[in-house]
Amino acid sequence: MNNELEHLSTRVVKGLMTRRDFIGRAAALGVTAAVANSMLANAARAEGPVRGGTLKLGAQGGESTNTQDPALTASEVPLNNLRHWGETLVDVGADGSLEMRMAESVEGSADAKQWVFKIRKGIPFSNGKDMTPEDVMLTMQRHSNEDSQSGALGIMRGIEDMKVDGDNFIVTLTAGNADLPYLMADYHLMIQPGGGMDDPAAGIGTGPYTIEFDEPGVRHGFKRRDDYWDAENRGFAEFTEQLVLNDATARTAALQSGQVHMINRVEPKVAGLLDRAPNLSVKSVAGRGHYVFIMHVDTAPFDNNELRLALKYAINRQEMVDKILRGYGSIGNDFPINESYPLFDATIPQREHDLAKAAEHYEKSGHDGSPIILRTADGAFPGAVDAAALFQQSAQAAGIPLEIKREPDDGYWSEVWNVQPFCASYWGGRPVQDQMYSTAYLSSADWNDTRFKRPEFDEMLLAARAEIDETKRKAIYSDMAVMLRDEGGLILPMFNDFVGAIASNVGGWIDDPNGSLMNNKAPIKCWLTDA
Amino acid sequence: MHPIVTLVAQRVALGVLLLFAASILIFVGTSILPGDVAQSILGQSATPEALANLRAELGMDQPPLTRYFTWLGGVLQGDLGTALTNGRDIAESLGSRLGNTLFLAFWAAVVAVPLAIFLGLLAVRYKDRWPDRLISAVTLTTISIPEFMIGYVLIYWVSIQMGWFSSVAIINDSMSLGQKLNAIAIPVMVLTLVVLAHMMRMTRAAILNVMQSAYIETAELKGLGMLRIIRKHAFPNAIAPIVNVVMLNLAYLVVGVVVVEVVFAYPGMGQYLVDHVSKRDVPVVQACGLIFAAVYIGLNLVADLVSILTNPRLRHPK
Repeated sequence: MNNELEHLSTRVVKGLMTRRDFIGRAAALGVTAAVANSMLANAARAEGPVRGGTLKLGAQGGESTNTQDPALTASEVPLNNLRHWGETLVDVGADGSLEMRMAESVEGSADAKQWVFKIRKGIPFSNGKDMTPEDVMLTMQRHSNEDSQSGALGIMRGIEDMKVDGDNFIVTLTAGNADLPYLMADYHLMIQPGGGMDDPAAGIGTGPYTIEFDEPGVRHGFKRRDDYWDAENRGFAEFTEQLVLNDATARTAALQSGQVHMINRVEPKVAGLLDRAPNLSVKSVAGRGHYVFIMHVDTAPFDNNELRLALKYAINRQEMVDKILRGYGSIGNDFPINESYPLFDATIPQREHDLAKAAEHYEKSGHDGSPIILRTADGAFPGAVDAAALFQQSAQAAGIPLEIKREPDDGYWSEVWNVQPFCASYWGGRPVQDQMYSTAYLSSADWNDTRFKRPEFDEMLLAARAEIDETKRKAIYSDMAVMLRDEGGLILPMFNDFVGAIASNVGGWIDDPNGSLMNNKAPIKCWLTDA
Repeated sequence: MHPIVTLVAQRVALGVLLLFAASILIFVGTSILPGDVAQSILGQSATPEALANLRAELGMDQPPLTRYFTWLGGVLQGDLGTALTNGRDIAESLGSRLGNTLFLAFWAAVVAVPLAIFLGLLAVRYKDRWPDRLISAVTLTTISIPEFMIGYVLIYWVSIQMGWFSSVAIINDSMSLGQKLNAIAIPVMVLTLVVLAHMMRMTRAAILNVMQSAYIETAELKGLGMLRIIRKHAFPNAIAPIVNVVMLNLAYLVVGVVVVEVVFAYPGMGQYLVDHVSKRDVPVVQACGLIFAAVYIGLNLVADLVSILTNPRLRHPK
């Protein structure tokens, strides 16, 4: 592009000119704001990482009850903390590929039953000791043994045996699983010295930062390590600080007044307005998370597939994306997979909003006309109460008597979700299809929140899991998706984007569909261009 | 023994009994709430085994009565225990939170109490004229607007537009007093606006009540100025009700400001308590509840003492 603009964009990156002035000059030269912004991003990347400074993050999802124990981590702030001091065996990259971290390489047997992780040598923990394959094994044991309290316990279940052989950590499974390396990227499985058996919340790991101060529910501070093994790619700011700002307005105000450099969870209703503010940009990234209405297929009246289909046709997906997500998302197709997953079949026809079909299926179901109760709460997902109201209206238009019962947020996950036959909920998505299906749609899954128990489905899932040939696997996944779409208890109107925002002096941003704020790695992978 | 000493002793003993009753209520209350601490920690991703393991480790498999008395035994020996959720020492984390809460309450009170009393006196002096009406209108408006709304409006103007003060009120030990005051400037403004009207109106009403008395008329007939009459003759006789309402508002500033804490991310006790209630972390909830109850009981005791000491008739009972 234009030489003058290129020159100007490097001036912005060096902090000699504001972003707003730049866009103004660009507009004068006939360049739109969107193009000007992307030029700026390119210029920032071309300049390369800048080291130093204090990078501040304002984050939702922290409480004074938080701990640094990876096993008990379930919300955003503690997860951001883990990424600072800890690392997993492997990571899932922004493009969905495996990135080697503590493992140097990974190899599976032909039946995908035995997996050999070659562990890197000479990587120091922040306590000075070198990480060993024994540490890896002890970590995995802590998350899978009998007294484990770990949130990763569910994914560790298929493991039959673990052992160390020289530099290798070898996992043997009860049945083949071609996706096992992806499971090892789970954020609970941070490698800790001695597996963290003695002091799980010590915050000692192989990550780029060490804890400076740790005040749960208030703020967490980190200092860069000089002996970090991968300093080329991570850990640019000298210090990072995470402020717990649970209130949405407090977060946006802190970013606007320059007290933090990045925030997570920008509310869709203010994202458009916020993006117009000077010196910051809103980052919306399509992910795998989705908002759902779930029916127990073993409980009347939802045991009748005609009624389920009636409800699936009655929901207006586009309206939900427009009104609940304000366009920061995409429509769903009643199975929990979208194009962010590897091996997604894009040819499965989209289910449309069709009142005539809804009425027809409702007629066929022979439902007695008594109200169908849908339970919802503000905490089920952001906008869940409004979404239920929209659903009620469009169902009414098809003659389906939907009744909303509003439940308190408190206790929703223990008393309503996975207990009541029809309610609103959400899923965060998983790195691979197998894990998503095994978590919630396998007959024996703990969180089978639609009570979908079909031997044919389980067989397909297990067959796909052990299948090394990708074409065959993709075909099996496609059949499973169609089965779930047409017979399951899941109504999936929308996939939500991860919406965050960063100040214009933050460099190194990439869109990562695996999680919020670059899969919680923005603080360790971004830098301050004016540091 | 002096009757006041007896009264204090009686009231303190009653206070201890009340605290004991409060601890039982809180314990029963948190037990009735749906879900337990293990369920809350593991959230949506809880598996039955992980739940059982966590419950066993936290001692939640013991019967409730045993748990309550274990806790009570600890407290009587001055040990508040550790938080179930993150294993931290409660006394330590609570101590810094309580310090922050008192810091904010103190500065809000330093601004709000003198201002409210001064505005109350001014309103009496210009009763039914425009200063009185203006003061009442403004303070009643600010008390009627929800405090988070006032907070947002002030953040928008004072922090984002003018850039005078910080919109995030996170304070810590490494900050100087000046930095801390800068951080809490907007929350102090909000709290002042919220508590002003109550104290101002009470001051106004109490003094106006006294102004009806014959001795005020006498003072007026002696030719004393209006402000002097209010200050020297009316105000001392109106102190008791004013102190009462001031104490109520101070108690509010200590125990009731969780909304302001959330809006400004202030690390006070309110947010700390709410987090632990939602995680069913009973020992922490108990400890916070005891402190809040103690603050209420203590401030009420002070209010009673002040009204006795300022009233010669009560000070020297026949």
